[in-house]
Amino acid sequence: MKTVLKCENLHVYYGSIHAIKGVSFEVGEGEIVTLIGANGAGKSTTLNTVGGLLRPREGSVEFEGKSILGVAPHKVVSQGMALCPEGRRVFAQLSVRENLEMGAYTRPASEIPGTLQTVYEHFPRLKEREAQMAGTLSGGEQQMLAMGRALMSKPRLLMLDEPSMGLAPILVDQIFDIIRALNKAGTTILLVEQNAQMALSIADRAYVLETGRIVNSGTGKDLLNDDSVRKAYLGG
Amino acid sequence: MLTHLINGISLGSIYAIIALGYTMVYGIAKMLNFAHGDVIMVGSYASFCFMMYKNVPVPLALLLSIVICTVLGITIERLAYKPLRSATSLAVLITAIGMSYFLQNLALIIWKADPKWYPDIFKDTAAIEIGGAVVKPVAIVSILVNLLIMITLTLFTNRTRMGKAMRAVSEDKGAATLMGINVNSTISITFAIGSGLAAIAGFLLCTTYSRLEPTTGSMPGIKAFTAAVFGGIGSIPGAMIGGILLGIIEILARAYLSSELADAIVFGVLIIVLLFKPNGLLGKKIREKV
Ligand SMILES: Nc1ncnc2c1ncn2[C@@H]1O[C@H](COP(=O)(O)OP(=O)(O)OP(=O)(O)O)[C@@H](O)[C@H]1O
Ligand SMILES: [Mg+2]
Repeated sequence: MKTVLKCENLHVYYGSIHAIKGVSFEVGEGEIVTLIGANGAGKSTTLNTVGGLLRPREGSVEFEGKSILGVAPHKVVSQGMALCPEGRRVFAQLSVRENLEMGAYTRPASEIPGTLQTVYEHFPRLKEREAQMAGTLSGGEQQMLAMGRALMSKPRLLMLDEPSMGLAPILVDQIFDIIRALNKAGTTILLVEQNAQMALSIADRAYVLETGRIVNSGTGKDLLNDDSVRKAYLGG
Repeated sequence: MLTHLINGISLGSIYAIIALGYTMVYGIAKMLNFAHGDVIMVGSYASFCFMMYKNVPVPLALLLSIVICTVLGITIERLAYKPLRSATSLAVLITAIGMSYFLQNLALIIWKADPKWYPDIFKDTAAIEIGGAVVKPVAIVSILVNLLIMITLTLFTNRTRMGKAMRAVSEDKGAATLMGINVNSTISITFAIGSGLAAIAGFLLCTTYSRLEPTTGSMPGIKAFTAAVFGGIGSIPGAMIGGILLGIIEILARAYLSSELADAIVFGVLIIVLLFKPNGLLGKKIREKV
């Protein structure tokens, strides 16, 4: 299997706070890999570092064999990876359609209608709301928009930071179904979740983060049955 | 009365054009560019010098002053504000005030303190009569130019890719970066547009009032900033409405109440509006993120 993303010995700081302390992990082509961990473990910090928003003080991030650390933050997306950030962060004062167009900012304009079509197939609700301001969407719809927006750049690697946060169980199921469908259609997925049960059950492989370090890893199935993981993250 | 009203709208149109510079920069960079008024002054001197000393035709002189201000705006942002991108807003404000004094003093050295008299470029055009009111041609030109600018900018921000990217940056720089938008160059472009508009405003202002000195930009700058806050800072139609209302209030107060108190009345109205509508007339409520 080809390695799509390889992070080695990452150290990330916020000022003097040492948030990530030597994290290494890999994502292979076509996989769903999940990072799980409690609040403040460093999951978002790790994803934001890969996505170019944060710079590691030490360590390396390679995407498809090329280091992204020398790439300007706004150019990371054109390498072929997209990050759907924690808290959705849709552009509230832009319409749904405009949000999606922003997702395709680095792509040629001629390509946009086709990609929109694909995104609307995954999220028919977004098509209905096309002209509505994103700020007026429900939480679930905003999550769909944030994912759709990330897909507009046609990423080979899609990174999702807590897509199930704050959603009703039925919506969580729906979002996870879509993640699986996207993966089947050929997109590699790096998923950060607090909903460990859900995440582990769809993941090929998983890493457990604790206070900035990876303390456990394995296949999704193995970790679902792992005693320490069950105790800490699956309620016993 | 009608004459005053038209003159008010005309002065207000100039305020509106200046207010756009404040509002766009505030929207994107979340800072108050205190030196904006002084860019107007530099632009006015530039067009003045080209017309008077180099015999450059009026439209070309205006165009050159727009280019100079655009470059000046980008340079100010690069040198003075960009290094402070993550500093406190107080530090940025103080830097902006410093930049304002720097430009005024620079102008004092180059052009000296004694006022220059800006040429009346419409002196060969007769005054215009509208429904019994007699107004100077420059008043009508100001109103039309303002309308044109507003329409162009609204189309730009709503319809073009760059304009939409600007709105995205003004909402969330991190998310915009994730989209592949270059936040730094978006900020530069915003400063360029605002400063280019300042040159146009300076040209109209000096054509209306003729007197040009190193402090020419400060008072209109402060009033236009007031207009931007009045209309709702960050909002383009807000700048338009705020500017025009302010111009009308100022001219009417000057004509019917007292020319000394006109400015005080203008700022008084601002305070009253902000008491009832803290975000300005068209201001958007700042949405708290959950
Ligand atoms: N902007 C910041 N400034 C300072 N410290 C921060 C900042 N962001 C995160 N941290 C700290 O870094 C550590 C890791 O935070 P991070 O957001 O990566 O955790 P997380 O695993 O995503 O948690 P959650 O599940 O709550 O989203 C935490 O201790 C947090 O307090
Ligand atoms: Mg997080």
